[in-house]
Amino acid sequence: MTTNELPRELSELDRLVFAAKGGDRPAFDELVRRTYVDTYTLALRLTAHEEDARDVVQEAYLRAWKGLDRFRGEAQFSTWIYRITANAAYTSIKRKKRNRSESLDTVDDVIELHPDAQPEEAAETQELLAKLSGALEQLPPKLRVLVVLKDVYGLSHDEIGEELGISVAAAKVRLHRGRKKLRELLYDEDRGMANAV
Amino acid sequence: MQCDDVARVLPAVVDGDATVDLFMQRHIESCLRCQAELARYRKMLRGLQLLRTRYLEPAPGLFAATLAAIEIAGEREAVRSALNGRRIAYASAIGGAALAASATAAAVIVHRTRRRGVPIAG
Repeated sequence: MTTNELPRELSELDRLVFAAKGGDRPAFDELVRRTYVDTYTLALRLTAHEEDARDVVQEAYLRAWKGLDRFRGEAQFSTWIYRITANAAYTSIKRKKRNRSESLDTVDDVIELHPDAQPEEAAETQELLAKLSGALEQLPPKLRVLVVLKDVYGLSHDEIGEELGISVAAAKVRLHRGRKKLRELLYDEDRGMANAV
Repeated sequence: MQCDDVARVLPAVVDGDATVDLFMQRHIESCLRCQAELARYRKMLRGLQLLRTRYLEPAPGLFAATLAAIEIAGEREAVRSALNGRRIAYASAIGGAALAASATAAAVIVHRTRRRGVPIAG
């Protein structure tokens, strides 16, 4: 094995990143096309507001385009763009503290990419996910960001702390509170409904 | 009281981020209430992980709007760079002219001083 050999086979996304790093704008546009729905999903889960999520997506890709030189390819492009999106969304959340009444209608908009479960199981899962989406939306923004980044997108406490500008300890405390609150929203509501019946 | 203690730590231990001591572990193994609570947290975490594969469709136009935003920002950047370049050129020209004027003035003064000659004392 020579030192010039690549450590792993380059994916199509890697090739696009490589070309974009060299200033190839159409390659970057293609990267955006392939990843923007994923990025928008994260942005919407973090902000719980469609218009803000759109702004966050645009801001994230703008930062990515400007900062491509700093992307060294150690992590996947998707992880890198998640981190940028998280940072942009957190900035947006901190900036906009106004109350909003619009709701995030996640059930209608969901695109099921893995419809491989049995019908009954799938229906149950669908119900759980709809409840989870609704409960996430009700979480205080600063707790929601932690739960989404850690439990949905699997970012580490270090990565989250770095992007949000908070300590690892603070990230852990917020995650703890977020999970606890989410559990209350999910199950205490059920208990209340059961008692009512 | 023991169940309340368990409830307090479950959000952290459910994914192995923290551990419980042996005493608490034994309690959980023998307490149906705590086992049910742990099961709720586990189910919640599994659900959250599943959300990762559920994509939310943006309203039409986001892709085009994103590319347009990058394009506009790029143009602004180019204009800013051009203006900065021009500013540097102006500043260099003014600086150069000032330097040349100073050099000329110094040369004239030296020339005049030499022509007059230095008065000899005594």
